[in-house]
Amino acid sequence: MHELVVTQSILDISLRHAQKAGAEKITGINLVIGEFASIVDDSVQFYWELYAQGTIAQNAQLHFERIAGEMTCTNCKLSFHPKDTDFACPDCKSEFVQITKGDEFRVESIDVE
Amino acid sequence: MTIRVPIVENILNANDHLAVENNSRLESAGVYSINIMASPGAGKTSLIEQTLPRLKDKLRVAVVDGDIATSIDADRAANAGAQAAIQINTGGDCHLDAVMLRGALEQLDLTQFDLLIVENVGNLVCPASFKLGTHKSILIASIPEGDDKPYKYPGMYRGVDALVINKIDLLPYVPFKMDYFERGVEVLNPGVVTFPLSAKTGEGMDAWTNWLVEQVKSKR
Ligand SMILES: Nc1nc2c(ncn2[C@@H]2O[C@H](COP(=O)(O)OP(=O)(O)OP(=O)(O)O)[C@@H](O)[C@H]2O)c(=O)[nH]1
Ligand SMILES: [Mg+2]
Ligand SMILES: [Zn+2]
Repeated sequence: MHELVVTQSILDISLRHAQKAGAEKITGINLVIGEFASIVDDSVQFYWELYAQGTIAQNAQLHFERIAGEMTCTNCKLSFHPKDTDFACPDCKSEFVQITKGDEFRVESIDVE
Repeated sequence: MTIRVPIVENILNANDHLAVENNSRLESAGVYSINIMASPGAGKTSLIEQTLPRLKDKLRVAVVDGDIATSIDADRAANAGAQAAIQINTGGDCHLDAVMLRGALEQLDLTQFDLLIVENVGNLVCPASFKLGTHKSILIASIPEGDDKPYKYPGMYRGVDALVINKIDLLPYVPFKMDYFERGVEVLNPGVVTFPLSAKTGEGMDAWTNWLVEQVKSKR
């Protein structure tokens, strides 16, 4: 599991931007995580309590916006959530499809005081 | 009063930056590098063992082996003829990252090598997220893992530059629908170059090593 590195990275990014903004306290951190991106589960909040201690982010609440994976059929242009075992277009059955959502993996914004 | 500060920064940005640094270090020393990823037991070390003798007298090769513990794989690479073999023990981490590779690069006189082969930790999820700064990412799928792996681990299949399908000697014994497997791969990574081979019998090894030598040469 690499939740530790992920936690550390989120903390570094948040503190750097908070300092730039002259913030005294980070109250919330807004993350956008796509279904096809790296795994990040709620245990990050748990590690947070350890890692962020003594920083202006120690009481920050992490908010996860999860983006469902989406594929788009290049034949009929339908966008759909792929089945677990089959990526073909559910409508025209074409196998020419592209991933159009689900790669997101970023710190979107922070809420500061 | 609460203010929202927009950021929009990739979470693994710091790793990505270090990967770029690793890449320039390799570039300036003229070393071509590949990052081999696969599930545990897919045959990463076996592929390296079969590849090294075929590159003898053609390329000077260094191998960096990532494992949670032990130096078994680096020893195997050294025995197979690697000019240098360095083991990185991640101490529990499920992947190599750019910091770990930087540590390994510091132990090597890079001017002595043409090719660096990195064997990542056996894992089909995490290594995909951590760029190392190598020139190419290679995924090994193996027949006994089953034909549904592209569907279950799309992140890994998406990001790679070449796909090795290992253990084809087992095709007669294991149910594996190659067309189903390939359809999944095609969606995730259209046109990716594929090498079906057996690191046991050697079948298909030449196509793979010829490609690798071509890659190194085209870089020079
Ligand atoms: N039948 C068959 N067995 C193979 C082949 N390639 C590797 N193996 C066997 O698969 C097992 C695992 O091979 P390794 O090369 O150690 O796999 P690995 O991916 O390096 O494993 P880890 O580093 O532990 O993740 C060994 O018992 C190999 O002998 C192959 O092409 N055919
Ligand atoms: Mg190995
Ligand atoms: Zn369609």
